Amino acid sequence: MFAPSSLARLSRRSVATFKAKLQSARRWESTAGTEAPPAGGHSPSIATSSFLRQTRDNSLRTPDIRWADEDHAGPPSNALAGRETRKMNLYQAVRDAMSIALTKDDSAVVFGEDVAFGGVFRCTMGLAEEFGRERVFNTPLTEQGIAGFGIGIASMGQTAIAEIQFADYIYPAFDQLVNEAAKFNFRSGGNFDVGGLTIRCPSMSVGHGALYHSQSPEGFFMGAAGLKASLVAHFDVPPHTLTPTQIVIPRSPIQAKGLLLSAIRDPNPVIFMEPKILYRSSVEQVPIDDYEIPLGRAETLIHGSDLTVLTWGTPVYSCETAIHMLANPPETIARHVPEPFRKAKIELIDLRTILPWDVETVTESVKRTGRLVIVHEASKTGGVGSEIAAELQKRCFLKLDAPVKRVTGWDTPVGMSYEKFYIPDSVRILDAMVETLSY
Amino acid sequence: MFRSALLRSQIHRQSRNYVRATSQVAAEPYGHLPTSQSPITPKMNFINSVTPDGTQIPTYRVLDGVGELLDGAELPEIDEAFARRIYENMMQIPVIDNLLNNVQRQGKISFYMTAHGEEATVIGSAAALADNDEILGQYREMGALLWRGYGLDDVMAQCFGNAEDASTKGKQMPVHFNSKEHHFHAISSPLATQIPQAAGVGFAIKRDPARRGKNCAAVYFGEGAASEGDFHAGMLLASTIPSPTLFIARNNGFAISTPSTEQYHGDGIAARGPGYGMDTLRVDGNDVLAVLSGVREARRRCVEQGRGVLVEAMTYRYVPQLPQLPNIHPPSISTFSLLTPTSTSSVGHHSTSDDSFAYRPRQEVEDRKRIDNPIARFRKFLEARKWWDDKEEDELKDRLKGEVMRAFKRHETMQRHEVREMFEGVYRGEEPWNIREQREELKALLQKYGKDWEPWRSELKKHKGEGKELMQ
Repeated sequence: MFAPSSLARLSRRSVATFKAKLQSARRWESTAGTEAPPAGGHSPSIATSSFLRQTRDNSLRTPDIRWADEDHAGPPSNALAGRETRKMNLYQAVRDAMSIALTKDDSAVVFGEDVAFGGVFRCTMGLAEEFGRERVFNTPLTEQGIAGFGIGIASMGQTAIAEIQFADYIYPAFDQLVNEAAKFNFRSGGNFDVGGLTIRCPSMSVGHGALYHSQSPEGFFMGAAGLKASLVAHFDVPPHTLTPTQIVIPRSPIQAKGLLLSAIRDPNPVIFMEPKILYRSSVEQVPIDDYEIPLGRAETLIHGSDLTVLTWGTPVYSCETAIHMLANPPETIARHVPEPFRKAKIELIDLRTILPWDVETVTESVKRTGRLVIVHEASKTGGVGSEIAAELQKRCFLKLDAPVKRVTGWDTPVGMSYEKFYIPDSVRILDAMVETLSY
Repeated sequence: MFRSALLRSQIHRQSRNYVRATSQVAAEPYGHLPTSQSPITPKMNFINSVTPDGTQIPTYRVLDGVGELLDGAELPEIDEAFARRIYENMMQIPVIDNLLNNVQRQGKISFYMTAHGEEATVIGSAAALADNDEILGQYREMGALLWRGYGLDDVMAQCFGNAEDASTKGKQMPVHFNSKEHHFHAISSPLATQIPQAAGVGFAIKRDPARRGKNCAAVYFGEGAASEGDFHAGMLLASTIPSPTLFIARNNGFAISTPSTEQYHGDGIAARGPGYGMDTLRVDGNDVLAVLSGVREARRRCVEQGRGVLVEAMTYRYVPQLPQLPNIHPPSISTFSLLTPTSTSSVGHHSTSDDSFAYRPRQEVEDRKRIDNPIARFRKFLEARKWWDDKEEDELKDRLKGEVMRAFKRHETMQRHEVREMFEGVYRGEEPWNIREQREELKALLQKYGKDWEPWRSELKKHKGEGKELMQ
């Protein structure tokens, strides 16, 4: 860790001084980013990500996890004995969260287009059979209607869990969400609220969804004070990178379940965006009990001291790959990665909640590393990265060693044949890290 | 005091007028509401499109299930050549659908939507329109484009998104066609957005002296899309402004998995037309002559009145088509012909991402296919008039399969547009700095990594010029 910011700022932008800086830096324990890759190179993909929790013990020790099934009258317990986990992918974890909400909260209903037969992404599979069509039901095709209907239910103190079939189709509901849900509490002097409303929607790209099945619209909601917006990512800190205070580890479909239960029970309306490519590809051992992971809190997945990478959703995995590539660049592109940078300690943060975002964690990190790369799939202009970059440059101005860099989708719609060049893939993130480190 | 006396006398005067007006109509002994023709009645009469005895808006049909004229039905004006053209166009759709559906299952294209079971609705309505009426489709109306002469090469180029795809330049998903030449506006995945736009298109036609009274806007949508706010906005606008807009609802009974019984409680989409003051007709969408005749008359009224008209075509989505769910590996079908319908490809699933047998019984689908096949019904009509026979049927099938297969082969391996195309068309006219700079950014990245980074190197090979236009 670079302690004094002035020292960090003094270091000039040359490779030579960067080397010196690295030597002077107190190292964190070895990170995933510097782990030796298997022979022949190693690019983690979602399936092989070291951050997915594959054992019961690992799963039960997910950071920030808060068991919601304990008797609050009794003494707080950290005992994990008797808790079980089950292998789930992301859509199964989302389903599990809704099943718990429906079981424990008689007022809860789940609705949206095609949800009764399980939803196009299978997130509501079997819920209608289990809880009855009165509580889990299809709606006609009307997103503005779904949002408004959910607001009405929530305004009566009940719990509405609504699905918009694709985030790309949330715009007809924009008025209801931005003008109504977000302002409900404020405009009624706190007499009416819609805290019971949660809107779920699959978001982000899959590689062939083109204009209308690839969007990441979180930025549009960022100015809607009163709403909370959460994106589920699926990562985790490998045990050996933990700080001493974080005793155990955890996370992924795990994140989905815990964050969704928090969202459902949060006293504010929440938009919950689920990166759809992860529905099947991310698999973890997920605790079967009721638990929450708090909103508004980022999670540091890899600790480092030289550069902070901030992201959320699917790109978390591209960032993991890029961090591996920085330490162990594939032969073909090794010449673009100067030797000294390969030892750089990269910090990776999953923002998890977009609004309100965890400014403290990110500021603390960037003050320490002096460098920030923000990665998101949405377009650059007006994207969430713009807001974060502006805030961070204010808070960390004297500690920054390089301009805040954004790796994002281009300012174009998502053209289908060109998606591989649109999505911020690992080589773009790698290049941004090298550029930022060498500034 | 003075004011209220004045008011009283005004009311008195007005009510005398009403009394005088109603005295001419004995059936309305209590007169009318002021400013409307609504008669006053002492009885509470609730009205509803859902009636106590279950009667519904009738469905207009011309041909019965075996292709014979219904008693009392009038045959629309149709000669042999036109009838054969309709039939051939209807026959072409499933040939293309079977191929592209199978090709999608092989992972060669990302997505496809068939029109199985809706051939009569799409072709019958297209045949009833003038070829330069503006069409705003939802996504299942490829047949209307083909009717107007859009070629198989154009279809394949768009679905493969290759360098010959002039309609979307590889930017949109398959079946998102457009063609200015054929007056066919661009398909957009969000549902129902085209409906209020169609009211605007109709209005613009009315403002254009060259097209006023000659053309209309024809907008297609499913019964599911009719639940969107945009449907109601479009109907209201075309009726109120007014604008010559022909609303063609394809009621195939399902919106993806959701049956129409969960889509609306009222009497279908047709029941909504009168609410907006529109002439409305429900037709048997599996009877191509009823569709032809019904849409012709609807179009005549639409153009003449300059106001919206609604046609609801009752059909059945025989098989499936949403984007393919991620990470679902398509089953291998290399062992049988691409042109053969698969067990799941001859009734309409919503899309290739959908298996409708998860939410409706296979038997129901099979029954509908057997007894209510729009193509078979029209064929019987043609045969009865000696306009068609088995030999011609076989020849047509062979010809269509050959043409479709040839177009497919030609386009299957063709390269895509140049990579730089991805930045084109965001804006017309002067390009803003952000787009320009971002293209430069990608250019620098490709120059640096394009040859060395395997995922990009292999991807670049799929594009015309292999990225050289950016890398040099």
